[in-house]
Parts: sequence; C-alpha cells; structure tokens
Amino acid sequence: MNTNFNPTIVGFFCNWCTYLAADLAGTSRMKYAPNVRVVRTMCSGRVDPQMILWAFRNGADGVLIGGCHPGDCHYQEGNYKALRRTRLLRKMLPQFGIEPERLRLEWISASEGERLRDVVNEFTEQIRRLGPLHAEPAKREAIAA
Amino acid sequence: MNGNGNHNARIGVYVCHCGTNIAGKVDVQAVTEFAGKLPGVVVAREYKYMCSDPGQDLIVKDVKEHNLNRVVVASCSPHLHELTFRKTTANAGKNPYLFHMVNIREHVSWVTDDPVAATEKSKALIKAAVLRAFWLEELEPRRFPVNPNVLIVGGGIAGIHAALTLASGGKQVYLVERKPTIGGHMAQFDKTFPTLDCAACILTPKMTAVKQNPNIHLYSLSEVSEVSGFIGNFKVKVKKYPRYIDEAKCVGCGECIEECVYKEGKYPNEFDLGLGKRKPIYMPFPQAVPSIPLIDAATCIEFKSHKCPKGCVDVCGDRDAIDFTQQVQEVELEVGTIVMATGFKVFDPHRLPQYGYGKFPNVYTSLEVERLVNASGPTLGQVVLRDGRRPESVGILHCIGSRDENTNKYCSRVCCMYSLKLAHLLKEKTGAHIYNFYIDMRTPGKGFEEFYKRILEEGVSFIRGKVAEVSGWAQSPAEEGKLVLRVEDTLLGIVRRIPVDMVVLSVGMEPQADVGEVRRLFNLGCSAEGWFLERHPKLAPVDTFTDGIFLAGCNQGPKDIPDTVAQAGAASAQCMALIDKGFVEIEPNTAWIDEELCSGCHVCIAMCPYTAIHFDSEKKVAVLNEALCKGCGTCVAACPSGAAQQNLFRDEQLFAEVEGVLV
Repeated sequence: MNTNFNPTIVGFFCNWCTYLAADLAGTSRMKYAPNVRVVRTMCSGRVDPQMILWAFRNGADGVLIGGCHPGDCHYQEGNYKALRRTRLLRKMLPQFGIEPERLRLEWISASEGERLRDVVNEFTEQIRRLGPLHAEPAKREAIAA
Repeated sequence: MNGNGNHNARIGVYVCHCGTNIAGKVDVQAVTEFAGKLPGVVVAREYKYMCSDPGQDLIVKDVKEHNLNRVVVASCSPHLHELTFRKTTANAGKNPYLFHMVNIREHVSWVTDDPVAATEKSKALIKAAVLRAFWLEELEPRRFPVNPNVLIVGGGIAGIHAALTLASGGKQVYLVERKPTIGGHMAQFDKTFPTLDCAACILTPKMTAVKQNPNIHLYSLSEVSEVSGFIGNFKVKVKKYPRYIDEAKCVGCGECIEECVYKEGKYPNEFDLGLGKRKPIYMPFPQAVPSIPLIDAATCIEFKSHKCPKGCVDVCGDRDAIDFTQQVQEVELEVGTIVMATGFKVFDPHRLPQYGYGKFPNVYTSLEVERLVNASGPTLGQVVLRDGRRPESVGILHCIGSRDENTNKYCSRVCCMYSLKLAHLLKEKTGAHIYNFYIDMRTPGKGFEEFYKRILEEGVSFIRGKVAEVSGWAQSPAEEGKLVLRVEDTLLGIVRRIPVDMVVLSVGMEPQADVGEVRRLFNLGCSAEGWFLERHPKLAPVDTFTDGIFLAGCNQGPKDIPDTVAQAGAASAQCMALIDKGFVEIEPNTAWIDEELCSGCHVCIAMCPYTAIHFDSEKKVAVLNEALCKGCGTCVAACPSGAAQQNLFRDEQLFAEVEGVLV
C-alpha cells in the first residue's frame, strides 16, 4: 500500500440530496478528505456511464456518485436508473483493467452531512489502498473510444 | 467531445475571500494567479466579498471594459448565490446563463484541514468551471403564468392564519384538514404562555372567520392524495372522507346528537385524548369548524347492524342532512402555490416505560392535562384524578422525549414554558404543591423570563434533575398510595424520593407519523429527525427545495404559537409575491432531442418519468415536450446516439468539467 498516494476522485452529486449534504457538511464545518472533486448534476440519473469512463480515462482514481435515497428522488426514480447503470458498468470495468471498487454509488440525503463526510473519507481510504489507477495508455484510449 | 466550444470565449474569473471564510484556508492569491493562466481567461481577480455591491460592480465593469462573454465566480454554494451572480451577469448586458459558479466555501475551505490541499482543490474546481465555460450557451428562462389560487395543507393555527391572510388579500384558498375540525393542537390548549390568554378566546374567532370568509374553501376530513405540476401550476387531488352528514344541508343544530340511541357518550373522544366520552354521532368540541356533527362508522349501530331506530334521521326531518351512503369523494384542484402547515405530533411516552405512562392511571401527558384544566374539557375544568380525588401534590417532568440520547436529541422549545403555565394553572385550580423537574430552564422569548420569575414567586418548587423513575413502591408511610419520583437533585447532590398524587409528563414535539409519505407526495426534503427542510435556515426559512411550496409552523421544527403565526404570515407573503408578479421564470434546464441524430430507438421514451417524450411515427424520431420536462436529464444519460441533450448540463459541458477537475 502506498501511503503517500493521494488519489483523485470525481464526485457526481445530485443537486437535491448529495450536493446539499456536502453543503451541510460545509456549514457544519465538518472536516473530510479533500480528494473528491464534485461535478453537480440535477439528478444522479443524469450521470452517463460514458462520463464515468471519461473520468477514469482522464486520470481519476475513483468515481463517487451521490444520489437521493430510494423513494426520495426529486425526479421520482432517477436514482434507480443510476443504480442500474452503475451495476452494469461495474461489471464491465474489469474489461478495461479497472477494479469495480473504484466506482461507488451512495444514497446521501440533504440532511446527512455526517454520512457524506464518512463516505468520502472511507472511499478515499479505499482508493488509497487500491493505489493509482494504472490503466495503460492503450487501454485508456480504448475507454475513450 | 473535448473540442474547444466557443473559440471566442473571453472569460472573467472572480475568486471570493468571503472575509476569512475562504481566504483563511485557501491561498486566494495563488488560485487567482492560476486562474489567470487558464485558456480563455482574460481577467482573474480576487475580492473580499464578491456578492457585495462593489464586488458585483467589479464584474459589471470588467465585462464592459474587457468585453467578457463568460463569468466564473468561485465563492459559496450555487444554492446561495447563483441567482445573485446571474443577475450581475445580466446587469453587465450578457445573458445570465453565460455564468458558472464554483463552490470553494462549503465544498472546500470549510471542510478541509490542510490549506495546501484546499488551495489545490480550489484550483481544480476553477479549472473545471473555466473549461465548462467555453460551452455555456445563451438561454432564456421558461415563463409560466401563476395560478392565483393557493392550497393550504393543515388547519391548525398555522394553516388558519395563512388562509385568513391570503383570503383577506382576495386570493382563493383551499384549506385541507384531515380531522373533522380545524383548530389543530391549539384548540386543545387551555391557556397560552406567557400571557395566559385563553387559547379558545383567541383561536375560535379565527376559526369562525375561516368559515365565514367567502374566499376560503374548507375541506375537512380530507387529505391530499396526489400532487403534480410545478410552481404556479400545481394540480392537486384531494380525497374527502365521508362525514355521513351533508355539509350543505346541515345547520349544525345538534339535535341529531341528542336523539342518538346512546343517551350518554360511550366511546373515547379523540379531541379529549380519550379522557371524555362521545356518541357515535358527535361534534369533536362545541366550537368546531365546520360546526357540523359527524358519524363514526366504526361505532354507529346503523353501520354495524342496520337495526338502529335512527332517531337522528327522524329529528333531522325535512333537512335530510344525514346520509349513510356517503362515499369517499375525490376533488381536483388547480393551484399556483402550496403552504404546508401539517403540524406535529406529541411524543408518545409509552416509549419510556420508566415513567409508568399507561401503567399508573395518574401519570398524564401535558396535552391530557391541557384538556383537564380546560373549562370546556371532559371535567369542565375540574382537575381530578382518575379516581375522582383532587391531587395534593403534582410532579411535572420536563424533557420527556426531548434532549434525550435515547429518543430525540433536540429541544422541543415549548415544554419549559408550557410546564410553567401548567404549574400555574394546576396550583390555581387545586392548591396542590407543584414540583418541576428540569434539566435546564429554557425561557428565551418575549415575556418568558418574567413569567418564569412569576411562577417561582408563586411558590412552585423547582428541582434540577431528570427523574429516573416513577414507581408505586412505597418505602415509608408518607409514600403510601402515592406515585414516588426517584430523582437526583443535582443542585443538592443527593438522590431524593418525592411522593406525589399526579405526574405530568412534559412531552416534546415530533414530526407527524406519516411525514415520510407526505414529503414524497409533495417532493420535499426532511432533516434526519423528519422535520421538513427549509431552503436556507436563515435566508429562506419558509421556502422549500420545491419551488412554490412553502412551510409554516411545526412541520419545519418545534416552535411556539407566536413563531408559528409569524411563519404562516411569511409563507403567505411568499405566495402573494408570486401571485402578484403573475408569472414565474423556470430554470431552462430542459432536455431536447436533435432530430438529425435521433435513431428512433425509443430508449428515452421509457426513461422519462413525466411522459414528456413521445415518438413521431412519421419522422421516426423521439420528440420532447418542453412544457412537461422537469430537467432531470436521465434521457440524456440513456441516449445511445447523443441526440438527447440537456440545457445547462450538456454532455460537452459535463465532460469538460470532468476533464477540468482532473488537472
């Protein structure tokens, strides 16, 4: 395990739950790992699997998708669609030489600042243990195709 | 995918210090220098408060001087100031959607320990915004008219006040209450702290005013069953449960109740929390609004056996108001705004068996005692125990279901004050010795501390300590036949046993039992405890994350009557503002489908939760109805040919952003 390794993680957070949870963690001054960089989407259902692959191709060591809890989606069921897409993509990732553990989907509601902190810390540690994503350049190109 | 977007992008980047909120952690200067070197960036500046007037003027000036056509501000959450800076961009003569916001306060400076890491993270997020900015497009907000009618859910004091305020402004109000009468918890109280106004004297005139106001349409025994649409244009279905008495025909004379085959009340009266009895046909309380009786089908003999002589029908005679065949009715309403005033429930002390509620008959909840001391209550205001005795000593236990690691951690805000009020009323009515057992006395409010002092001077005892147990186990003759309170008196530092005749549990407030279903129905957020989430705790305390729906009263968190009424007024003002403006502008984040690229695969059609997409069988492409689209973007994520796109969240914009965060 490389303890000096500082992973870069892309977070796709939905506007109504997880993004707000991150705002709440901020207003509550909770401290957590600085490794997740957030891209806001209106719904976790907007996260196109291609965007996830694009993140891995461009150097992300992990991707964290945050959506509303089942039944709480602002758009009724976008989070279920995110779940289906994520499950399928996790099955495909090994074909690109990417460990499926590098992709995680979590339900974090707007009131769960603490949970956001814990998930980010834990996922960062998990990616740190996995080490940098050593996708070979050729494979990275394959992802992009 | 990673093209350059608009080659003529001239971007201005503004990094906010937010006083020391950002600058205290992030090296703002280094971030600004970094931003200045990014492609397309013409100006990069830092400023102490970007959202202030001089901060905004800085942007306007730069846009004009440097001919900028993109603005990026790195400051707080877009949920706080996105609108502010869009307006600034518009003031500078540019389309407001040529602006993008970076959150380096909530997501960076406030949550990061290491200043170096915070600075690096800020740089990455700003780079993402700059790359994204190339792809920003001019957009126009969608404009819709606002239906001037208002739906108010819940007829307690919050709903009543909001209804009267809006109706006095000439708006049509639909007030939906699930119980047979409006009035809510306040109607059950005797007096209100700290002024000791009689609750009925100040509430019942407002209830009557609701009834008499031609602009208020009251639906009692009704629940909202379906909500669709959006701000300004909601469609609501209301289920009206049968009262078995025709509200249009009944005059509320009450003779039917007299003529019921039961000569005395037989079933527990819900309004009196089971302390009094009612007949199967009854009025919840004399001042109920609407002042129309109802029949409880579960207890009425006619419903059970069809063999009742039906004295009620006979006495009603020609009015013919009694209708055993009433069914659940569904009413459809169209409204522009909604006020949620769904209230709270009191904590159920069965959950804390050490206090003996339900085991010892003389352990009451505070709400039950409200009914006991109430002149129109089941005992006509006589405070008598269940065995008919007058209590000589009463223990009032604060913080039952509040400030408790095992139940609710929060303070319910009203219990200290109502405990003082009940102490006063019980002492006045019985002359009993009153003990208050408290953790801390919390009396912040106008006239509250003065009231506390008054009660202290009346000779009520205050013991600082949380009662561990209520038992019936006498250890001395003085404790014989009494309820014994075992408590650590933390001021004396000893454990005491105090025998009393009556125990009052000052129960806290909890979210309604069905808050989960209700919030899903209205698409609202909740705190971990189950209180509805306001849009911003300070700056938008009655707004929700669903535009056009506002909060009033205790569904947002425990509060007293003055605060509830103030909030109901605020919610009404928000509705009025929307109605008087006459239209709403909605974020133009809808999806659209490029006919040229669409292969007609149908994938998006099944994805759409709002059936906004249909198939044009002549052109053999999917067509999106913008009016129905709510902008979730799931069709865009699903489209295999890239034909579906979402404004503000185009593929190019998001891909550029992803590329940018991975500096």
